[in-house]
Amino acid sequence: MVPIQYLLGLSAVLFTIGAMGVLIRRNAIIIFMSIELMLNAGNLAFITYARSHQSMDGQIFVFFVMAVAAAEVAVGLGLIVAIFRSKKSIDVDQMNVLGG
Amino acid sequence: MTPDLILFILLAVVAVISALGMLLSKNAVYSALNLILNFCTVAVIYLVLGAPFIALAQITVYAGAIMVLFLFVIMLLGAERLNTGETLPWQQPLAVFSGIVLAALAVYTIFFRPGTFPEPSALATGFGSPESIGLKLFNEYLLPFEVVSILLLVAMVGVIVLTRRKTPKSSR
Repeated sequence: MVPIQYLLGLSAVLFTIGAMGVLIRRNAIIIFMSIELMLNAGNLAFITYARSHQSMDGQIFVFFVMAVAAAEVAVGLGLIVAIFRSKKSIDVDQMNVLGG
Repeated sequence: MTPDLILFILLAVVAVISALGMLLSKNAVYSALNLILNFCTVAVIYLVLGAPFIALAQITVYAGAIMVLFLFVIMLLGAERLNTGETLPWQQPLAVFSGIVLAALAVYTIFFRPGTFPEPSALATGFGSPESIGLKLFNEYLLPFEVVSILLLVAMVGVIVLTRRKTPKSSR
């Protein structure tokens, strides 16, 4: 097995790329995909620790994270479709109707 | 340079390059395809780490269902044509700087202050198999399992309610 630091480093790099995606991009769907990338990076850390400590609890948690991520994607994309119907745009810089 | 290390470096490079491709691509469909490649690469890493069930669940759920849903919505909304408007000029450099700081902090914490890890030993047979996941899931984690099923039901109902078109009331 590879030293555990390398796997945790990969997880941190993927998480950082996802976080920068949320901050840099303005397309709502790309922001959503970056959130999924961050969740995936967290899953990788869980599986790494499950392997290192020989415990199945990490994999069970990843199972639940995947189920919650699937539910969140469904609701979030439904929201984006509903917003697009009224505003005809998915640029988050134009979602300012609630602002002062 | 063990074969394990070579395999890991190959997979890690593909994962990071596809993640960057998702981030930097102007076309939303290319971003989605890059993310699918990233998910499949991470699934192979799960296989190497002794999690075969989670690896195949990742391919089925993430790459096979969630990303297909993303592609449906991208094509439905025509989002592959990205129209750029005016942006705050200081936003992107600040975001890149914050990302570099986060990555540097994480790398410092992982490589120079890690604490102690147990020695990696050979896995027990059946580690990560569907049988062992099922035993844990239905014995210790039964309540979260049932709650997640209710969560999925709530999500389905929520999506249908959110995307329903308000039809004008017709006299019956």
